[in-house]
Amino acid sequence: MNFLTNIISGLSLGSVYAIIALGYTMVYGISKMLNFAHGDVIMIGAYMSFVMTQYIGANGWIALLVAMAVCTLLGITIERLAYRPLRGTGSLAVLITAIGVSYFLQNMALLIWGANPKMFTSLFKGMSPVHAAGGKLTITPESILTIAANIVIMIALTLFVSKTKAGKAMRAVSEDNGAAQLMGINVNQSISLTFAIGSGLAAVAGVLMCSAYPILMPTTGAMPGIKAFTAAVFGGIGSIPGAMIGGLILGLIEIFSRAYISTELSDAIVFACLIIVLLVKPTGLLGKKISEKV
Amino acid sequence: MADRILNLKSIGSRGLKNAVKGNEYRREASISYGILIIGYILLSLGAATGLIGHNLQGQFVPICVYVSLAVSLNLVVGISGELSLGHAGFMAVGAFSGIVMERMLLAHMSFEPAVMILSMLFGACMAAIAGFIIGIPILGLRGDYLAIVTLAFGEIIRNFMNVLYFGLDENGHLKFAFNHTIEGIENSQRIITGAIGATGTKTISTFNWGLLLCIFTVFVVLNMKNSKQGRAIMAIRDNRIAAESIGLDVRKYKLMAFVVSAALAGMAGCLFGLNYSTLVPLKFNFNTSVLILVFVVLGGVGNIWGCIIAATVLTILPEAFRQFADYRMLTYAIVLILVMICTYNPTIKARVTAIWNRINPFKKKGGDKPKKKKTGKEAA
Amino acid sequence: MKKTWAKVVVVAISCMMVFSFAACGSKSGGSGGDAGDNTLKLGSTGPLTGPAAIYGNAVKNGGQIAVDEINAANPDGVQVSWQVEDDEGDGEKAVNAYNKLVDDGMQVLLGSVTSGACVAVAEKTFEDRVFTLTPSASQTAVTEGKDNVFQLCFRDPDQGTISADYIVENFPDAKVGVIYNNASDYSAGIFDGFKKEFEAKGKEIVAVEAFADDANTDFQAQLNSMKNAGADLVFVPNYYTPVSNILVQADKMGYKPTFFGCDGVDGILTLENFDKNLAEGVYLLTPFTASAEDEKTQKFVEAYKEAYGEEPNQFAADAYDCVYAAYDAFAKTGLKADASAADICEAMVSQFTGGFSYEGLTASGSMKWKETGEVDKMPAVYVIEGGKYVEK
Repeated sequence: MNFLTNIISGLSLGSVYAIIALGYTMVYGISKMLNFAHGDVIMIGAYMSFVMTQYIGANGWIALLVAMAVCTLLGITIERLAYRPLRGTGSLAVLITAIGVSYFLQNMALLIWGANPKMFTSLFKGMSPVHAAGGKLTITPESILTIAANIVIMIALTLFVSKTKAGKAMRAVSEDNGAAQLMGINVNQSISLTFAIGSGLAAVAGVLMCSAYPILMPTTGAMPGIKAFTAAVFGGIGSIPGAMIGGLILGLIEIFSRAYISTELSDAIVFACLIIVLLVKPTGLLGKKISEKV
Repeated sequence: MADRILNLKSIGSRGLKNAVKGNEYRREASISYGILIIGYILLSLGAATGLIGHNLQGQFVPICVYVSLAVSLNLVVGISGELSLGHAGFMAVGAFSGIVMERMLLAHMSFEPAVMILSMLFGACMAAIAGFIIGIPILGLRGDYLAIVTLAFGEIIRNFMNVLYFGLDENGHLKFAFNHTIEGIENSQRIITGAIGATGTKTISTFNWGLLLCIFTVFVVLNMKNSKQGRAIMAIRDNRIAAESIGLDVRKYKLMAFVVSAALAGMAGCLFGLNYSTLVPLKFNFNTSVLILVFVVLGGVGNIWGCIIAATVLTILPEAFRQFADYRMLTYAIVLILVMICTYNPTIKARVTAIWNRINPFKKKGGDKPKKKKTGKEAA
Repeated sequence: MKKTWAKVVVVAISCMMVFSFAACGSKSGGSGGDAGDNTLKLGSTGPLTGPAAIYGNAVKNGGQIAVDEINAANPDGVQVSWQVEDDEGDGEKAVNAYNKLVDDGMQVLLGSVTSGACVAVAEKTFEDRVFTLTPSASQTAVTEGKDNVFQLCFRDPDQGTISADYIVENFPDAKVGVIYNNASDYSAGIFDGFKKEFEAKGKEIVAVEAFADDANTDFQAQLNSMKNAGADLVFVPNYYTPVSNILVQADKMGYKPTFFGCDGVDGILTLENFDKNLAEGVYLLTPFTASAEDEKTQKFVEAYKEAYGEEPNQFAADAYDCVYAAYDAFAKTGLKADASAADICEAMVSQFTGGFSYEGLTASGSMKWKETGEVDKMPAVYVIEGGKYVEK
């Protein structure tokens, strides 16, 4: 029974990582930059939802929409102000700028909401847990709905990228920026759209994560951000299904190493698995092979 | 892929050409040593005359540590062209092994300079071994994948430190354990206690040691850059396939840069560890690795004296911002973003350079004369 | 070559400008301020930003309440000033922050807030001879070998020992499990003391699980391990943020043991939007609770709520006590407020080791100090019933 419980919590944790990893992977795919501020966008999303439900009294789902809207705007603004001036200068400069943005968001949140942690109200409050196997197995609504949300988002995003015009444009830009521009694709718009989607999803991830693990602080997004980044690389950075698989596997490894090996070294085990995977498959599980031109 | 990420091609080929000439090397060396020595003299004078307060004086050693960390990371990021996000991990290895060595030696001898040198060497050795172990498998990876593995490695080291226990028994012999308590060791004889970290370290780091370390680091990195091996490393960075095709052993040279960089980081870590009576593993988290990377990028990838200045200024800056009180770190973040945009955005950079040229007191009459002169020299 | 030298000169000049800027910064801070000669300058360093910001800010605010009270009560006597510098909970930054305070003329250090930072700073105050009384740095290494460093809080291992004694005495048949933060010196320190004492009493801990410093962890694995080992009492020597998370997740999986925490758990009832029912029946060993009914505590809680809009936690109370204890001891030394930090240090040390006692918020009865720098006071065990602390 424990085994099943662990699988479910692993999948649910992994789903959160997967949704966050999407933001990393899409942004990386299109602009080849590691957006380390992504974790902090999650935190802003969770805070926005908290503010809506607690101080304004909105329904949890409306709060989620507002948080998504705010994060989408935030993502576009960050891209416009901090990243776009550095486009084409190599992603190392943008990486450092992203870290600057991350410091900025954390300290901004600290000034606005203070250092005291907040207790996040679960989006699924009031739903009762599912009991299975004669009451031995308890599945929380958070776990089921997080996993469900992950699947829905993955399908929707894959369809969006492969079927719609905007999605195809995004793919074209990530394939070859210059050629896409020559074909009349508005590169700026495509990149903004990517940031918008990634940040909107970050808000969803923030709300789902805080529904399951309810502590909300200015640094809430930092560690999940790094883990999700790991997940994105695990699955092959730049690949949408890769982010999903990477996230789920990472979540499972984390929970299982805690349950069966050691709670003290669980993070070390997660990262060691990552290294091993990369040694066997140097571009991640679903990553594209890098071809070299002579 | 690597140069797509680091965009080093243009910097690289120029650096290579000049390095072969030896001219650039002399210039870079004289500027780097010049900055270190002038900085040292100014700071010492300031401290002696009381012009510099305790706050800045207390940062002398950390500044030296960060300078040598930045210079050593530049060997990997700038010269070898790989993005490393786990430099703090090597710093941690150096710091903790240096501390253990110091405590062990102090139990038997009291001559501090010898203790300092031996601890630093030991820290460097351990960090080099760690660099070697991690370097062998991963250096086949490219670009961002290498970056993430170094990040993972840094986190593993930190996680591992949380369960590591070291202590001295009554005879001054070293004992260690991986779990909670070491039997029969008094509290005061504990050296490293898991998450509590190292306590009771005798602080023997001084500014003079710091300066020596900085000069040593710069010496090693500059010489490496200008050696046969260094040129091979840069050739691999600029075009891996071409370098391979002329028979360069890519792994060997990459590993060489990686291990030397790790050893230097270990030394710096040791100096840092011996500057505080306590040190927690949490100190060496991802943020510290990133901080060192910021020094390198801001100072100019591959530019040694640039990152000396960047490390110094960025270490002092958060302290100088204390007057902003609650807005201190926010200001720091904004300044960081603005500086990055100003130094790297082509349009703004051109504008700043134009203004600089107008006010530059050393400018010769007639716009691009210095450039001409230089090319003339090279031709001759 | 000429151009090279030109660049070196430019760089040297810019370096000088930066340094002089920094030097000026520290100097102007030193001479500034309205503190006259008759002001005792108290300072502290604590994490005002970063993940531990809550503790530093609580100390800053709690100390401010005491300072305002003292200054209002005797406008003609010795006034007190209070300056808290940010150290991000890090030893290196804490030493910088402490040096900044020294530059600004601080005479007594009431810090640092977190243990790791405080050990590093205490080394410096010992060298510089600055009297140090920390509100909350609870590691043994803080005071070890330093005659002028004192603690106002309990030491971590002592909390573990007292908790173990209490549990052995009051829950003789309980199967005890532990969930602790192995990346936190506070948590690991208490667990060390607890384990030693508990096993010395011939008992066995049925399950020990750890977690890393990140507060938003999934605790299912740890809780499952407790459940499987049959633990009916879980000792959680952590701060209230992870503890609240543990309570929420234990509730979701329908696991209901008795939770027993230490002083870090105080504050759980003030956690914004926390469902207090979850904390029902939680035991905690703490020297301070905001719901205590004595007049002093009530007055402090009122003033704090009015000024900062939230209930004070134990760190705020510790800082409040620290300021008063330092002020009282200083008054007894008979020194003038413009005495040097070193003179104040010697006089204060002889006060603190010479039977000085102080009655504050964070002790039942009065507190005294041992020569080792440890405080001698008794904590009380509370249990949360009906959303309130009830003393046991």
